[in-house]
Formats: sequence, C-alpha cells, structure tokens
Amino acid sequence: MDQLLQHALNAMILGGTYALLGIGLTLIFGIMRVVNFTHGELYAFGAYMMYMWVMLIGANFVVSIALAVALGVLLGAGIEILLLRRLRGADIDTTMLVMIGAWIAMQNTEQLVWSGVAKSIDSPFPSAPLVMGGVSVSWTRLFVFAVAVMLIAGTWVLIQKTRLGKAMRATFQDREAAALMGVRIDRVHTATFAIGSGLAAAAGALLGPVFVVYPTIGDLASLKAFAIVILGGLGSIPGATIGGFILAFMEELGAGYVSSGYRDAMGFLLIIVILLVKPTGLFARKERIG
Amino acid sequence: MSRAVTLAWVVFLFTLPLWMDNLYFLHVLIMAGIFIVAAMSLNLLLGYTGQLSLGHVAFFGIGAYVSSLCSLGFEIHVFDVPVGLAPKPVWLSMIVAVVFAGLCGWMIGKISFKVRGAYFVIVSVSFAEVTRLVALNWLELTQGPMALNNIPFLKLWLPGIGDIDVLGKMPNYYLVLVVAVVTYVIIRRLVHSRAGRAMIALRENEPLATSVGIDVTRFLVLATVVSAALAGLAGAVYAQYVRIVDPDVFLFIYTVTMVIMVVTGGKGTLAGPIVGGLIFGILPELLRGFEVQPEIQWVVYGVLMILIVYFLPEGIVPAVRDGWRRVGGRSGAPPAQPAPATPAGATPATAEASP
Repeated sequence: MDQLLQHALNAMILGGTYALLGIGLTLIFGIMRVVNFTHGELYAFGAYMMYMWVMLIGANFVVSIALAVALGVLLGAGIEILLLRRLRGADIDTTMLVMIGAWIAMQNTEQLVWSGVAKSIDSPFPSAPLVMGGVSVSWTRLFVFAVAVMLIAGTWVLIQKTRLGKAMRATFQDREAAALMGVRIDRVHTATFAIGSGLAAAAGALLGPVFVVYPTIGDLASLKAFAIVILGGLGSIPGATIGGFILAFMEELGAGYVSSGYRDAMGFLLIIVILLVKPTGLFARKERIG
Repeated sequence: MSRAVTLAWVVFLFTLPLWMDNLYFLHVLIMAGIFIVAAMSLNLLLGYTGQLSLGHVAFFGIGAYVSSLCSLGFEIHVFDVPVGLAPKPVWLSMIVAVVFAGLCGWMIGKISFKVRGAYFVIVSVSFAEVTRLVALNWLELTQGPMALNNIPFLKLWLPGIGDIDVLGKMPNYYLVLVVAVVTYVIIRRLVHSRAGRAMIALRENEPLATSVGIDVTRFLVLATVVSAALAGLAGAVYAQYVRIVDPDVFLFIYTVTMVIMVVTGGKGTLAGPIVGGLIFGILPELLRGFEVQPEIQWVVYGVLMILIVYFLPEGIVPAVRDGWRRVGGRSGAPPAQPAPATPAGATPATAEASP
C-alpha cells in the first residue's frame, strides 16, 4: 500500500511538469495549427539555461528559473517570427517539415555547444527527503511541483482574464472572424508560440535539477507532450493538464509494476489505446482533424 | 525521363562494379541504395497519399530484426513455456520479414486512419519509439544493446550461374540494385493503377474523393501496408548485408534521413526519392572528407530541409522537369513521360507555401 502511495505521489509531482509541457504544445496546435516538433528542444533549452545560470554563473536558483523561462519565451518568439510567420496559410505538412528541420538543427547545435556529456544541476534544497508515514519526497520535487502548479494557474488566468487571452481564444475559434474584429493575428500567433515555448522551457528548467541534462532529452519530452495532447484532445487546455497527470501515473505504475525499461513506452501505448477507444481525445469539444 | 534515358541508367548501374573497383565507394552506394528503397516506400505514403509517416524506421527495423531472428533462430519463454524457432534459410526469413512488416503497417493504418493528419504522424512516431524500446529491453529475444551478431548471409540459386553467396560488396551491390528496381516497378505499377489514382485523388481533395465513392480509409491502409512491407524488405536486405543489428536501427534520425530524401528529391514523383537518396546517401561521405563533425552535418541537414521547403517546395525533380520544359527540351524527344506520375498540380498544397 505504501508503495502504491509512493508511486501516486511521485506521479502527482511529475504530472505537474508534464502538464506544463502539454499545455504549451496544445496552445500552439490549437491556435496556430502547427505541430511543433521544436517543443522538446525548448524543453532542453530551458534545462541547459538552468544549468548555465545555476552551475556556470552561480545565480540564485529561483531567479535562474525565471531567467530560463524568459529566454525560452524570447527564443519561441524568434522562431515564430523567423520561420513560421511566412508560412501562414500553408498546409500543416509544410509547417511540420520546417519544424522538423528546426528541431534537428537545434538539437545538434545544443550537442555542439554543450557536448554530449550529461550534466547535473545542484539544488539548494536539503537533500534529506520529507518523510510522511510510509512515503517520502524530496524538497526539490515539492518545490518543482509548487512552481508547476503556479505556472499552470498563471496560464489559465492569462487565457481567461486578459485581453491577450481573449484575442487568443477568439483566434482559436475562428481566425478570419477574429481578424475582422480587429484582432492582430500575427501578434496573437507570436504571443502564443512564445508562451508555449516558455512553458516548455519552464518544464525543462524545473526537471533539469531533478534528473540530468543531456542533448537528446528533448526527443522524449516532445513525444510525451504529443501523447499528453492526444490524450486530452488537440487544442484543449484542461485536457492537457489532466492528460499530463494521467501520463505521469501510467509511467510510474508501469515503471513500478511492469519494468522500468518500458517506462517511456507507456505514453505511446496510451496514445494507441486512446485512438482506438476515443480518437478525438478525452476532452476535445469537437472533432479536430489536423 | 524518356524510356531510353531510363534504360541508359539501368545499364550504367548494372555495369558499374565491373569498371569501378573502389570497394569503399561501392559500400557507400549499397547503403545509399538501401536507403533509397526505404525512401521510395516512404514516398508512397508521403508523396502519393499525403500522409507523413514519421516512424517509418520502425518498419525498416522490424524487417531487419524479424529477418535476422528467423535466420538465426531463437528461443524465448512465454510464462515459462519455451517457444523456439530453428534457424530458417535467409530467403525465407526475408519473406517472413516483409510479411510481418506489412502486417504491422496494416495494424498502424487501421488504428490511426480513423483520424489522420497530425494523428497519423504522432502514432507512427510513437510506434517507432515502442519498437525501439522493445528491441532494447526484450533481452531474451533481441539481445538488447548487445545486438544480434553473425547474421547469416543470403544464398541464392540462379539459373545459368548456380549457387551464389551474397557476401561481400559486389553481390550485395547487385542484390540492392535488383531490390531497388523491383521496388520502383511495384510502386510505379501501384501508382498508375486504379488504387494509385484513388490515393492521389484523396490527397488532392478528400471530400470530393469520398463523394465519388472512393473508400478513402481502405486505400490509405493499402498504401501503408505496401509501404511498410517495402521498408521491411529494405531492412531485411540491410540486416543480411551488415550482418549485425542493434536497437540503433530504430533511431529517429534514420526516419528523418528518409523524409529529407523524399522531400528534397520531390515527393509524389517516382524519381524523387532516388535523386534525393543519391544526394543524401553520398553527401555525408563527401563531407567526411573534410572531417566535418556529425553534429554540423545534421545542423546542415536541418537548415537545408527548411530552405528546401521555402525555396523548392516541390523538390528537385519537378523543378528540373519544369525548367527542362521551359527551355524547350521536349521538342526533340517524344513526350514519353505520362502525366499520371506527376499529375498537374502535384503537391499543390506545398506549392502555395512558397513565400
């Protein structure tokens, strides 16, 4: 029983960052209709920026997270303006090919800059875990979870309560109508991609100190984000949040009770089951075909 | 390309090892040929049905593993009951590999073509990742990272020549060449058949295709099965040539290589994957001469892919063909190239993307 509780707790904490990843990707897909293969690279970018600020420059841990997220936002805006703006109106396969190209270029640039050796990031929290009854959890993970929940809530407020959020929701529903009402679509797209990228960078910056950082971490992050988004329904933010937690539970249980080697396969099995049972995802409002 | 040019190419390729004795270059051509077969199979999906299979390497790897396991034999335990297979001849193993890869394609097609587009892309990526993890973790069957070693080579009996061991560069070159030609012919016949026209119709306008009674999903699944089987064939040929298979055959970067080959050469054209395959099969070897780091090579690939989508959205082959027509190159030769291979407005979707 304790073991099950421990797995559930680990999953809760991992799920928060997975949800961040998923929300970023689902925003970008829902509003821009772009299958964003650079998402995982933004995750890796966040993790490496965290490494740079904490380990090389020696900045404060919390400040470093904020800086990593800010840089992720900037990089995202840059990608959108440089690569995607001129492809507006192009079909989804075309943008997908461009994003795959960008992904390969980014990942190998990372490998050149940071070398292939895995890097670890020190955390300022006490190494002795917090023990409650039969379960224990490290302070770093608790902190990660708290920040992730705050960021999820912040994104939710941004989309529901601000003017930008309103413009994003309008664009999501009907791009042409929104443009006719005076929404500046270019700005909405840049903002969307920047926010989505910032969330991915945040996930990387948060998980970097929990695991280790190496150039190809982005690949699995991308694939997991896709799994989460399919699970929740392409374009649905609540779906992506819940999907993030479901995937984390599946992985923890799979690693705990099946075999740790197949931990990362859980997401894909989930995708296949979801597509068999309810192809539009669990929470999509209407059927969306890419 | 007129029939005479095609014939000249075939003669050139078949006589190549007779006057070229650089074994290393022959090896480069063999590997390029294997990738061209895989790229041609991908082109059937990406170019003719418009579905991007981003896990295509899964079928290639399955072909390699199934063929190797059949020819080596294996014994596994299912709930402590031993299940084994005695070593089978290589030709039989290769056929089993093709059939198995085709079955996997059927399964993936059935699952993901309920909803397509982005879903199919993601399902195919996921499938490739699962197969890689299985190859890595199912030690009893696949040896995991220790790899399958000493895979038997193909033994053939040809009328007039007798028994041949397909071992070494020259026999393998001919094997790959024959496989490539067979693949080309299969895809050409399929594309020019009723099924091929249905595939192109649904790529161009799916609602319209449905409205004239084309069973869209059926043709998509058919294309996936053929495509997967051919990729499996490429994998089986690869396995018996390099004679060692490890989970790295499932690396995503190989799928990317195939996609780049198809997109660069021209998706939806028969010659596109061949041109793209030759460029990207030989280019890395040339770069190696300059001692370029592999990372830089991949950065170049990535940037190249973006540039091609922007500036050459239809790929090299259609661009060259259009240029040829413009300068009046057709006047001498009869218009032997029939339209169906690249119907007017092939890949119009990408054409409108050019800035």
